[in-house]
Amino acid sequence: MNFEFSDDVTSMREEVNRFLNEQLPTGAVRQQVETGDMLDRDLWSKIAEMGWLGAAIPEAFGGVELGYEALCMIAEEIGRALPSVPFGSSIYLAAQAILLFGSQAQKEIYLPQLAAGSVIGTFALAEGAGDPSAQAVRAQVAGGKLSGTKLPVFDGLAADLAIVAAQTGAGEPGLYIIDLNGPGVARRAVESLDLGRKAAVIEFDGAPAEILPLAADWSAVAGLLDRAAILFAFEQVGGAQKALTMALNYAQERYAFGRPIAALQAIKHKLADIYVLTELARSNAYFGAWALDTNAAELPAAAAAARLSANEAFFEAAKENIQIHGGMGFTWDSDCHLFYRRAKQIAGNIGSARYWRNRLIDRLLTQNENIEAA
Amino acid sequence: MDFSDTPQEAEFRAEAKAFLAANAKLRPQGSDAYRSRAFNHEDVRRSKEWQATKAKAGFAGFHWPKKYGGREGSQMQAIIFAQEEEKYIVPPGIFNQGVGMALPTIMSCGTPAQAERYARPALFGEEVWCQLFSEPAAGTDLAGLRTKAEKRGDEWVVNGQKVWTSNAHFSQFAMLVARSDSEVPKHQGLTFFILDMATPGVEVRRIKQISGTSNFCEVFLSDVRIPDANRLGAVGEGWKVAMTMLANERFAVAQAEGPDLDDILQLAKLVQLDGKAAIEDSAVREKLVTWYCQAQGLKYTRLRMQTALSRGKTPGPEASIGKLVSATKLQEIAAFGIDLLGQAGAVMDGELAPYNAWFQNALLYAPGKRIAGGTDEVLRNIIAERVLKMPPELRVDKGMPFNKIPTGAR
Repeated sequence: MNFEFSDDVTSMREEVNRFLNEQLPTGAVRQQVETGDMLDRDLWSKIAEMGWLGAAIPEAFGGVELGYEALCMIAEEIGRALPSVPFGSSIYLAAQAILLFGSQAQKEIYLPQLAAGSVIGTFALAEGAGDPSAQAVRAQVAGGKLSGTKLPVFDGLAADLAIVAAQTGAGEPGLYIIDLNGPGVARRAVESLDLGRKAAVIEFDGAPAEILPLAADWSAVAGLLDRAAILFAFEQVGGAQKALTMALNYAQERYAFGRPIAALQAIKHKLADIYVLTELARSNAYFGAWALDTNAAELPAAAAAARLSANEAFFEAAKENIQIHGGMGFTWDSDCHLFYRRAKQIAGNIGSARYWRNRLIDRLLTQNENIEAA
Repeated sequence: MDFSDTPQEAEFRAEAKAFLAANAKLRPQGSDAYRSRAFNHEDVRRSKEWQATKAKAGFAGFHWPKKYGGREGSQMQAIIFAQEEEKYIVPPGIFNQGVGMALPTIMSCGTPAQAERYARPALFGEEVWCQLFSEPAAGTDLAGLRTKAEKRGDEWVVNGQKVWTSNAHFSQFAMLVARSDSEVPKHQGLTFFILDMATPGVEVRRIKQISGTSNFCEVFLSDVRIPDANRLGAVGEGWKVAMTMLANERFAVAQAEGPDLDDILQLAKLVQLDGKAAIEDSAVREKLVTWYCQAQGLKYTRLRMQTALSRGKTPGPEASIGKLVSATKLQEIAAFGIDLLGQAGAVMDGELAPYNAWFQNALLYAPGKRIAGGTDEVLRNIIAERVLKMPPELRVDKGMPFNKIPTGAR
C-alpha cells in the first residue's frame, strides 16, 4: 500500500516549491495588485516552460504527461504561494474540458497552445447568483453563434478562449469554445474579492461558437466540475497550510505578558484545530488525487468530500490567521487578507458548499441503493 | 498512490485470510449487535482461547522477538491482520494492555528474567494484564499520583487507590506505578512494578458508569507487598517506564466506535420529517455531509500513517487526530440520531428504539471516549506542542518537591 505521492512527484515538489519561493517573495502578490497588473505574464511563461501547464496533458497534444498526481502537487504549491496566474481557469477547467469532450482536431489545435501558455483559457458557466444547474444556463447558441451574458468569469480578462456553457436549443446545455479575442465578445473586469484572480463580465452577441462534441448533457459539466474540485482542493490545502504556518510564526514571535502568545492555550488549541482540519482536508484531497489519476468510480464522492473539507479548512485557517495577527492582520500591508479573500472566492468558484453537499448526498444515496440491491 | 499490497504484504494477507477462514466464522452483513456491554466470564474464556489459537499459528505479537513466541514481523502485518480479523466474528480483544503495551515495556525496561516469565503466558492468552496508572487525583497529570510504595527489606509495601482500570476484575497481573519518594520533584519519585492481582490487599470494585454498565474498575491497594524482584526498571525511574509504555499506547488508541455515518444515513432514510424522509431535509444533509467528510478524512489520514509505517517510519503524535475527531463525531452523531426521532428519541427500550437503542446508548458512552486515553484538551496540547512545536504549558509545580505541591479538594 502506498498512499503518498510518488517519489518522482515528491522530488519535483522541492523544485516547484523553491521556484515559487524565489519568484514570489512575501508581499509580491500585493505589490502586483497595487500596480494594477492583471496577470504576471513573466511568471506565466516561466511556469509554462517548466511544464506545469502541461503536467496532465498527453505528450501527443503538446503536454509533458507527468500525470494527475504531479498536477495535484503543483496545485497545492500554487495555493500556498498565491501567484497571480490563471492556472486553475486555464488548466483545471478549459484544458480539462477540451481533453475530456473535444474532438481529435480540437485537442490537436488547443491543447498544445494551452500547455505552452501561449493561449489562456477559462470557463464561463455562471450567469449571476446561484449554483451550477442546467436550468440556470440562459446563454444560447443558434446557428453557431453564442448570445448571452456570463458573470463572473474568473480570469475572464486575461483569457484568450473560454469554454462556455450554453443552451443548444435541444435538451440540456452544451459546452462551446469561444475565441474571446474574436467578434461578438465584449468584456470588462469587475472588482473581485480575490485580488489575484479577478473576475470579468462577458457579453456575447453572436460570437462564433465551436461545440465540444462529447459534452452531451449536463453530466458532462458536473463531471468537469468534479475533476476541477479536486485540483482546487489541493490549492485550498496549500493555502490552509500557509495560513496556518503564518499564524504559527506570528504567534511564536509576538510576545504579550512576557511570553509568546503561542504559549497561550487558547491560541494552541485554535491552531491544533486548524491543523486537524487541514490534515483531514489533505487526506480527502489525496483520495481525490487517486480517483483523478485512476478515473475511479468513486471520483464524484471523492471530489465533493475533498472540496467540502478544503473549503472549511482554508476559510477557517485564513480567518483565524487574521485573528491571531490581531490588528496587524487587519491591515492592507499584511498578507493575511490575500488568503482570506482567496479562501472565500475559491470556495464558491465552482459552486457553493450547498451544491457540493447535495451532490455528495445524492451520490451516497445512489451508492447505498446499489449496495442494498446487490 | 496505490492501494494494493506490496508482494510481501499480499503474501501475508493471503496467509492471514487462510488462517481466519479455517478458524473463525465470517461476519454476515448488518449483523452488528449495536449495543456494547461489559465483558462476562464467557467472553473472557473465549477471548483467551482465541488469543491462544492466534499465537500458536503465529498471528499474535507481530513485532515481538521469536524467542517469546512472536513473529519478528512488522507493524504493517499487525494492521493487515486486524483488517482481515474485523471481517470475522471473534471474541472481544482483552489483550491489548498486556500484549500491546505491558510486555513490550517489560521487554525494553525489565530484566531478561521478567520478560522470560511473563511474555509467553500473555501472548498465548493465559494471563490477562491491566494498568494501574490513573488515580482519583491524577489523571491528565499522571505524574501527580499519590499511591505510595515504601521499601521494607526485600519488599515494597504499597498503599493507595487506582481508578479507570479496564479489565481489572479478570486480570492476573497489572503494571503499577507508584510514588517511592515524595521529597523529590514529582517525575523523579516514581517507580514501576509488576503486580500479581491475587496479592492480599488488592481489592477490585467495579465502577458504575453513567450508562449503568461497568467497563472499568477502581482498585484499592492496602499494605500490598511486592517483592523487589517485581520492580520494573530502576527506583525513581518510573516516569521513563511510563513514557515507554504510553508510546506503545499511542498507536493502539483506537477510534471511538459506535454509530457512524452509514448508520445515521440509514436512520435519516427511515425517519419521516414533514411527510418526507429526513434525508431530503437540507439541514439534515448538511450534518451528514460534515460527518462523511470527517469519516473519510480520518480513513485516509490513517492510510497515510500506514504508508509511513510500511516505509519503516514511526507514526508520530499526528495519530492523536483519530481519537480527537472521532470521539466528538460519535457524540454528535448519537445526539443527532436522537434528535431525528423527536419525542421518541427518549425511548431507550431496545425493542422499540431503532437499532436496539444504539444512538441512545452511544450518547451515554460517548463522553467517556472524549476523556479516556487523553482528553480532547490534552490531545490538542499534544498536537500544538509536538506537531506544531508551540511552547509547553506553564507548570507551577516544576522542580518543586512532590510533598510541597499544592493540592485541591479533589
